[in-house]
Amino acid sequence: MATATTTIERAAPPESGPRALLYRLRHGDEVAHLVTLIFAALILLITSMMIYELWVASHATRTAFGFNFFWTSEWDPVFEHFGAAPFIYGTLVTSILSLAIALPLGLAAAIFLAELAPRKFSDTIAFLIDLLAAVPSVIYGLLGIFVVVPLMRSTIGPALKSSLGFLPIFKGPNYGLGFLTASIVLAIMIVPYIISVSREVLLTVPRDQREAALGLGATRWEATWKVVVPWARTGIMGSVFLALARALGETMAVTMVIGNTPRISSSLFSSGYTIAAAIANEFAEATGDMHRSALMELGLVLFLITFILNGMARLLIIATDRGGGRPS
Amino acid sequence: MKKTLLALALLLGLAYTAGAQTMLNAAGATFPAPIYQKWFEAYHAAHSNVQVNYQALGSGAGIAQLTAGTVDFGASDMPMTDDMLGKTKVKTLHFPTVIGAVVPTYNVPGVTSDLNFTQKALAGIYLGTITKWNDPEIAKANPGVKLPADDIVVIHRAESSGTSFIFTDFLSTGSPDCKSKVGAAAAQNWPVGLGGKGNDGVMGLVKQTPDAIGYVELIYALSQKIPYGAVQNASGKFVKADLAGVTAAAAGTAKTMPDDFRVSITNAPGATAYPISSFTWLLIPVQYQDSAKRDAIKAFLTWMLGDGQGYNEGLFYAKLPDAVVTKEKKQISMIQ
Amino acid sequence: MSNLRMIWRKGLNGLMLTLTGVAALAVVSVLFAVLGYLIWNGGKSLDLAFFTQLPKGEGETGGGVANAIVGSLKLLSLAAVIGLPIGLLAGVYLAEFGGKTFSFVTRYTTDLLNGAPSIVIGLFAYSVAVIPVRHFSALAGGLALAVMVIPITVRSTEEFLRAIPNSLREGAMALGASKWKTIATVVIPAASGGIITGMLLALARVAGETAPLLFTALNNQYWSPGLSQPIASLPVVIYNYASGPYDDWHRQAWAAGLVLLSLVLLANIGCRLVINRRGVRSV
Repeated sequence: MATATTTIERAAPPESGPRALLYRLRHGDEVAHLVTLIFAALILLITSMMIYELWVASHATRTAFGFNFFWTSEWDPVFEHFGAAPFIYGTLVTSILSLAIALPLGLAAAIFLAELAPRKFSDTIAFLIDLLAAVPSVIYGLLGIFVVVPLMRSTIGPALKSSLGFLPIFKGPNYGLGFLTASIVLAIMIVPYIISVSREVLLTVPRDQREAALGLGATRWEATWKVVVPWARTGIMGSVFLALARALGETMAVTMVIGNTPRISSSLFSSGYTIAAAIANEFAEATGDMHRSALMELGLVLFLITFILNGMARLLIIATDRGGGRPS
Repeated sequence: MKKTLLALALLLGLAYTAGAQTMLNAAGATFPAPIYQKWFEAYHAAHSNVQVNYQALGSGAGIAQLTAGTVDFGASDMPMTDDMLGKTKVKTLHFPTVIGAVVPTYNVPGVTSDLNFTQKALAGIYLGTITKWNDPEIAKANPGVKLPADDIVVIHRAESSGTSFIFTDFLSTGSPDCKSKVGAAAAQNWPVGLGGKGNDGVMGLVKQTPDAIGYVELIYALSQKIPYGAVQNASGKFVKADLAGVTAAAAGTAKTMPDDFRVSITNAPGATAYPISSFTWLLIPVQYQDSAKRDAIKAFLTWMLGDGQGYNEGLFYAKLPDAVVTKEKKQISMIQ
Repeated sequence: MSNLRMIWRKGLNGLMLTLTGVAALAVVSVLFAVLGYLIWNGGKSLDLAFFTQLPKGEGETGGGVANAIVGSLKLLSLAAVIGLPIGLLAGVYLAEFGGKTFSFVTRYTTDLLNGAPSIVIGLFAYSVAVIPVRHFSALAGGLALAVMVIPITVRSTEEFLRAIPNSLREGAMALGASKWKTIATVVIPAASGGIITGMLLALARVAGETAPLLFTALNNQYWSPGLSQPIASLPVVIYNYASGPYDDWHRQAWAAGLVLLSLVLLANIGCRLVINRRGVRSV
């Protein structure tokens, strides 16, 4: 009796017998390949549909205002003049300020967790910080309204005014709501991202780098700050972009504490508006085609900005992974 | 484990089954939201197969969603302009429901008595020309009251609002500046201040912010027990909003109500009239595809004009004048 | 080497290292503060009525958020039914089949979708699922959430499938199984723990999303039967109640926040413990 060989060859479809079974199985593979490919392609479809919808829906204001849309400040639904400058200003100010607060804090905490804390302890704390990242944004908004705003009004605001009140950014009335409050709430929201990614990246820095520095007589801090952190520089930048993208797109927590007034003001105590908050508040009542188109255009702008930032973040983090010898 | 999954699936399956109810979805003004919610609750208690889901998103949103056709009817304190009516696919009818009052509510430290506001004072505050509580325009209407030299925190509506319309309509009748700078419309270009979401948002901000002033419907100020001021009417008297004042403001309309029911009663003549009063309307399309919905709406409107009006005064909204009610009942038959 | 310089360097060393410790402490304290506030304020307001009753009208006290809790569960189940299969199968494609360029494009697009602001996804769902049928619906809300669930699921599925050693696959194929059979009966079950936890994490993430629901599911005072009516959800209710003036609303907002946060954190803690034990890192 001949031993059955199960060599798999590409041959003409056999009619019956064991070969037919094999052929069908292979066909099953093709089907599976196709099915999963279709689902993967669905993602491409959804994303392109999204961009397409935004593009088409914003046609009216794009053609009417062109690039002026970005630096005109008048937002008047009644007379149909739309200028997005106050929203872009608010979005940029709150995001950058929140990053300015979160980056030093986050980086310092990441350094502590990566360099100083014992591994087990560091892992537990990192776990807890990941939990912070999972808290829904509306909860941050809730805490913003009932904790941060009164705190700003009664304690933080007056303290800043009495010590640094001569600076133009701290002039003007302090209502508790405004750019500064929104930035603080955002900072709390994005700090976990910075810590999480930076810590992981710092942990990948090869041991010998540290030891070489220490061997040369550097203090612990000097070794960290002058050798380890620069080595992890690109990954940390990646985490910054990630955090920035999150801050830019945040809607609920911001709209609950920023005061919702389209205004460009040099004072951080002033109330303002961001792109996401404006869309959330105004979309339900946008009657005119122009109004709706303007809001869609805002959405498109926001999408594009976060797209670019996320893209850069990905590239930077991947680059660091490769540099550290970690398979990606 | 398997059993819990099965039970869960069953529960969710039940949650998915459509009921035999007629569900009506509506969106619109926050000004009458308290009475509307009460009405819909009472109506549902009496007619358990009809549910009206009313979302108080603001008059502007009510008009917008009605025009887009995503809700079954809308509600607004601002009558739709001819322009807006032109944009709707189906002709829209206005049905006045209650008459309410917009009051200036404030949170001034140290002031517990009622303040008097002239039209000029309110206009100046909202235009940003009057910035302090002890400004002469406010002080001269309130002799004997110790007003602090604090900056006024102006609170207005963040979104397109019928309450804003009523308030600015009133301010414009006395101040041409107000008319041009801010405009009597629902969506405003406010020169100063913070934006609150809905009547309740404004009320919340005024309550939490010292030195704040805001404009809200009467019931909001009353329920929060926040002081609200008296406003000077066309006859020069300072009137604090109450049922009598609001009813007096609407007294003239019993005879002069136009056929489409779109009318403004701000700054109405009469010594006892409260100057910032207004009707508020339900915006009902004249045609419904779904006959169950049509019948439910017609039945509700009839109820609203009858038993429903009995709930108004409990929430400090004035009843509709009888002549207006009769006229509206005729309009119900127009709905197909 | 001067002594002064040495003292300065040592001093700076001590200071900076302490500061990093302070920073870590500050961040962790924030987490505990968040939890503490919610437990304190929310816990006070939890009662049976809160869980079982429908909301009362504007300004009236009492009532509950029963419809919002059920509503959130319904929206999540919709998001799961629509989004998880797509995420799973796309993840299988990327891990098991993928061609070079198409995989790269898919991965990049998935990241793009992941980073899209949630309000923009809400706008998209409005144009696609609300306007054509002319009403707000639970389905539209579920769709918006599904779009957010997909990228998270794709990434975690792919990661866990890749973590399965090739030897397992080769062993199965050597026994005569075809590729898809290997994947379906060997690889996926092996990775199932991680994949399921990845899915649960994705759902936990979208459970707290408010913005995409604002113009899709809207809100509802009552129970929402079927799929084509507006529906209440916990995040939207929290948002509305927190912005209002009524103390009773605030009380309920805290309680609802506690419920939402508990669910999200429990899911996260559970899932992450499972993942960490399996030793696969996740960002």
